[in-house]
Amino acid sequence: MSKDKEGMTLIVKTVARLTAGLILLYGIYIVMHGHVSPGGGFAGGVIVALSFILLMLAFGKDVALKKVSTSMASTFESLGAIMFLTIALTGFVGGYFFLNFFNNKGEPFKVFSAGIIPLCNIAISLKVGAGLFAIFVVLVIFKFSSNKGDR
Amino acid sequence: MGVYILCLVLFSVGLYCILRKRNVVKIIVGLIITEYAVNLFFVLLGYRMEGRAPIYSPNQETVNMVDPIPQALVLTSIVIGLAVTALVVAIAIRIYEKYGTFDITQIKKLRG
Amino acid sequence: MNILRPETLIPLFVILPLGAAFLNSFLGERIKGFSDIIANIITAVLLVLSIFAAYLVNISGVLVYKVGMWVPPIGIALVLDGLSAFMLFTVNLIAFFITAYSANYMEKYTQKGKFYTLLLLMLAGMEGVIITGDIFNLFVFLEIASVASYALVAYGTEAEELEASFKYLVMSSLGSTFVLLGIALVYGYASTLNMADVALTLVQKGPSKIIPFVSVLFLMGFGLKAALVPFHAWLPDAHPSAPAPISAMLSGVLIKTLGVYALVRIFYNVIGINATVLSIFMFLGTLSMVAGVFLAIGQWDMKRLLAYHSISQIGYVVLGLGLGTPLGILGGLFHLFNHSVFKSLLFLNAGAVEYSIGSRDLKEMGGLREKMPVTAGTSLVASMSIAGIPPFNGFWSKLLIILAALQAGQLTYAFFAVLASILTLASFMKVQKYAFFGSLKKVHEDVKEVPVFMRGAMVMLAFICIVGGVLIIPGISKVFLDAAKDVVAGGTNYANNVFGSIK
Repeated sequence: MSKDKEGMTLIVKTVARLTAGLILLYGIYIVMHGHVSPGGGFAGGVIVALSFILLMLAFGKDVALKKVSTSMASTFESLGAIMFLTIALTGFVGGYFFLNFFNNKGEPFKVFSAGIIPLCNIAISLKVGAGLFAIFVVLVIFKFSSNKGDR
Repeated sequence: MGVYILCLVLFSVGLYCILRKRNVVKIIVGLIITEYAVNLFFVLLGYRMEGRAPIYSPNQETVNMVDPIPQALVLTSIVIGLAVTALVVAIAIRIYEKYGTFDITQIKKLRG
Repeated sequence: MNILRPETLIPLFVILPLGAAFLNSFLGERIKGFSDIIANIITAVLLVLSIFAAYLVNISGVLVYKVGMWVPPIGIALVLDGLSAFMLFTVNLIAFFITAYSANYMEKYTQKGKFYTLLLLMLAGMEGVIITGDIFNLFVFLEIASVASYALVAYGTEAEELEASFKYLVMSSLGSTFVLLGIALVYGYASTLNMADVALTLVQKGPSKIIPFVSVLFLMGFGLKAALVPFHAWLPDAHPSAPAPISAMLSGVLIKTLGVYALVRIFYNVIGINATVLSIFMFLGTLSMVAGVFLAIGQWDMKRLLAYHSISQIGYVVLGLGLGTPLGILGGLFHLFNHSVFKSLLFLNAGAVEYSIGSRDLKEMGGLREKMPVTAGTSLVASMSIAGIPPFNGFWSKLLIILAALQAGQLTYAFFAVLASILTLASFMKVQKYAFFGSLKKVHEDVKEVPVFMRGAMVMLAFICIVGGVLIIPGISKVFLDAAKDVVAGGTNYANNVFGSIK
């Protein structure tokens, strides 16, 4: 039905347009402050993915897929994983796996502290966010194509 | 002590769902409830009397915190549960496409 | 400078397949043939590294690697001792031949790149289970390998494969949940997660009421992964439905690593064994042996028959390990290695037959010996190995287990072991007669032999079946099997070894 393909009602679309960017910003905040306050890679990645899923639910899958296509999601996911492994391996070269190799460890409770943990958080959030969005997209696309009846 | 018994009751509810329900989706929900019951049990294991949240803060002394290790482990376990859930939902959708039903007594091509 | 200590070898076993899996998911679909080449190179490198690791354990004893330079028990430790080196060699040997085989076999399926990603992830998970020294790390790697295997069983997305994968997923997830509950209780009692530290704490704190409950939970969880008899219902559906190299990998190494190895590590080295646990092992092992063989005789689907025989042979291994005497443990571990080799070879043969003819039903085959000589020859070698005919390797390990059972005075269990062996011989004679001997059917007039990589993998595995008996000769067994046996028979000495080797 054409109404389903276009998304939800006008109220939902207006609110989603206003809040999707804020949700993305909030997710990035949780990721960046993962070593100072609760949160970190997993939770922040899920919130980043949720902002794109909100776009898909409110506007229909075409608009959301124009912003982040499936191949871009898959690339981000692999990049996140490779970045995480690279961070681990640079520690490995220095002597041990996952070594905290930054010399200037900074003061506690600031954003620039705690060695490699913020970088690991960013890598994990990329992978979790892109992965969750890709899972959702794949399940939605499958449902539509089986509705068309040409399976 | 009562809290742990309630967690195990939740675990049994999930186990009952897996064993006795006939719909594939209800079995998946039972699986999720079981995993979350064990996660909850693990987090509650770290409680210390009169403890507070294990977060460092510049203006509070670092005494009397609850145990932070189970919290880190449960975070990993929740993500593993998410991955298994995503996989089982994808398999369930394809089962519906191939068999035409969600009733597990009808999905019996492999026998013997 | 710091990188050239011998311990830095240990995390490479997890880094290499994990890195290759991520690279493969990124580039595998874009560059043609990339996934084949990188998977085969990585498994070959891993095989060489595992031989080197066995050599290192012989010179230096137990090696411990501290991840991130955090000293255990605060940090995670990766431990390489005799049992780990033995399992690493087994897993990497079979994985090498299977990735060579799937270069040709997986042409019939779509999206080969994703297949190799999942296979490398499963391999990384298994290697992580073997080398870790920390209980929760064991659980994480267990789940990585299990989730990858759920996806691989459903790979062809036919109706039967999806049903088998769903059943396997629900039961195996439940097993993992039991393991997590056991880990939570162990952490609550011992306040530490490092395996060596838990062993020491349990010795210090003395007997308690929670340890039998935790033992039962671990037995249920890991027993479900290993397909011991009350928990075996997923195996006859899951193993035939997977593509043939994955069936070989699941039956050949996954149930042994996630099931039997984890059981041995937790029960012998961490919790410590007593007579009750040993008698439970022997009882469950014998039950699996007999039930597996009786259920297998009536099967007409070739891979389902092989899956039931997997249950039976794992029963042999658990019976050997449950005897508790050094000879029994040696027999059990040797049978574990032998079973990996000949069961993978049998599954690869079944896959070759299915690749050529397109069916797995024994009633539809016949006389394939003329058209597929390599497959028929290797299948004959593997069948004689599993039935225990001298001088193939199956005979030596079964002989050790039966002798150990007689020595320990368990005459009924020895009788059942001999009975199961005779019935195994009968059922494989049936397979050989229906599949390879007899007259060729009209519709199979133009089947050809399988392509070169598949043939090469099968011939190499058959060669190992023939010469496998040399591993018990006292000079050679000291290098390989005795180190593993000493770790298992040493019990909670594991903790002292680990703490003594941390530098």
